[in-house]
Amino acid sequence: MKLGEAARVALEAIRANRLRSGLTTLGVVIGVLAVILLVAIGQGAREEITATIEDLGSNLLLVFPGQADLGQAPTRSRFTLRDVEEVGRELGDPGRVAADLVSGEVVRARNASAFVSVLGVTRTFPNVVTRRVERGDHFSASDVATGRRVAVLGASVADELFPGRDPMGATLTIAGLRFRVTGVLERVGASFGPDRDAQVLVPITAAQRLFRDSRVDAIFVRARTTDSIEQDASRVRTVLSRRFRADEFSILTQQDLIGVAGRVLQLLTLVLAAIAGISLLVGGVGVSNIMLVSVSERTREIGLRKALGARTRDITLQFLLEAVVLTGAGGFVGILSGTALAVMADRFSPLPAVVTGWSVTLAVTVSVAVGVLFGVWPAWRAGRLDPVAALRHE
Amino acid sequence: MTAVVEALDVWRSYPLDGVEVHALRGVSFTIRRGEYVAIAGPSGSGKSTLLHLLGALDRPTTGVVRFDGRDLDDLGDGELAALRNQRVGFVFQSFHLLPRLTALGNVALPLVYRGVPRRERLERAAGALAAVGLADRTTHRPNQLSGGQQQRVAMARAIVGDPQLILADEPTGNLDTTTGDEVMGMLRALHEERGTTLVVVTHEARIAARADRRIQVVDGRVEEAP
Repeated sequence: MKLGEAARVALEAIRANRLRSGLTTLGVVIGVLAVILLVAIGQGAREEITATIEDLGSNLLLVFPGQADLGQAPTRSRFTLRDVEEVGRELGDPGRVAADLVSGEVVRARNASAFVSVLGVTRTFPNVVTRRVERGDHFSASDVATGRRVAVLGASVADELFPGRDPMGATLTIAGLRFRVTGVLERVGASFGPDRDAQVLVPITAAQRLFRDSRVDAIFVRARTTDSIEQDASRVRTVLSRRFRADEFSILTQQDLIGVAGRVLQLLTLVLAAIAGISLLVGGVGVSNIMLVSVSERTREIGLRKALGARTRDITLQFLLEAVVLTGAGGFVGILSGTALAVMADRFSPLPAVVTGWSVTLAVTVSVAVGVLFGVWPAWRAGRLDPVAALRHE
Repeated sequence: MTAVVEALDVWRSYPLDGVEVHALRGVSFTIRRGEYVAIAGPSGSGKSTLLHLLGALDRPTTGVVRFDGRDLDDLGDGELAALRNQRVGFVFQSFHLLPRLTALGNVALPLVYRGVPRRERLERAAGALAAVGLADRTTHRPNQLSGGQQQRVAMARAIVGDPQLILADEPTGNLDTTTGDEVMGMLRALHEERGTTLVVVTHEARIAARADRRIQVVDGRVEEAP
């Protein structure tokens, strides 16, 4: 029997059992849809985080305590403001060096309260990490020198603590101490990673007093040009090496960060794909199950076809094609609906989603492979049926 | 006259609940070209087993079945399938029509496995349906046809490939007497008009009596009547 003929016979059988064929296909549709959608979301997260890191600017150096490595426990910082000053002196421009001290705190204003990241920062911080104070002013040199209790709010903190009110000049309390609001930062907006709009900036000296700690969590250096990054990095390393062992701090560029984040998110995407793959596998088992039922239901048909001259391989081919058509159709519908859902998620929900070519290719290949894999056994059993016994089958 | 099918000391045994059952115990006979033979016997006598062996649906446990002089034991799966497809037409007691196909589709089915192009298939199927008097029922599905009509569709399917041999297994078993007689009359007509060899398996003496020759099967052995 020719392939086209076998396909026609398979389609006839599928049409004769529309509901069952539809439900069987649905399992594959959901599996393929899940693969495409979840991979799209993983990919979307990756691209957004990469973009967020790129926003930091390509000539930013980040100096962290300890080794910035995956799976490494955070190291307690031993940096102090003295190190920040020395780095500034070494580079000959303290304005290019900033530092922060971070702590999660509950802040209150009147009846409202919010859990935010309180960042004690140097005066240079907005310039170095490119944050813009949209309203009011950033701290002055004297605010930082004296540890004055003033605060610059992230956009969403301002919304949350002062709904419908002007936060400028108002007061809020951090860990029970009152701070006066002097400015509001421009909104950044990000769905992944730390929410940079949910931050409150205070002078680093005030933060050190507040948390009774003289440490500095991170030092930021803005190189003059992208080309001078390496040079700046080595000078920072020289300064810090006077006080710290080489493994007590690390200096990262934007590219390093993208690399680390990229690896994490690649893993996330793969995990999502694997989970979705399981549902595709379950869909495949469903196909196999239905094919077995179909073979046993159509035992008499198989016996008859053999009596009329069908060879073993004609029967096997017929049932195999049925399985492949079911999963292939499922794959097709799954790709369309998965892509549609990903586009909708990207547009109407905060989740970014980017459909990738490889996930579509993977879904198509896997769904057809599932059809063959899970169809072969039932089809083989169908082909091997003894025609006499099959004809007598009730 | 040349032999279409020959059985030489054919035994067919199969295990049933752990016991070896002998459906046929050393059967020998010859069916010659153009004959109309009845294989008669009570139910359980082994006559259906015999029919399956003649139609190359089954192989003997021991002994030889020759079709057109060729030992079926020498043929592989593909050759047996081709033999059933081109040389044999089956008519079954329960018709065995595919419910989702029209009468035309059912009749054309053997030609699918012969690789006949679709248009020619449908033309030949229409011709076969006309030969059994169902030219006006081509687009009906089996459940829209009476029992007698369904058996006539099955007969059209048996003759559509111009086989040498028609094997009918209790063709009237599911029909009332009148319809059964019509079907038998039609089988005889096809046999006479086309010169096709016809073998009918039946447990009814009345049906067996219509044949030119009778092979009586009792307890897996043949007692040939004159």
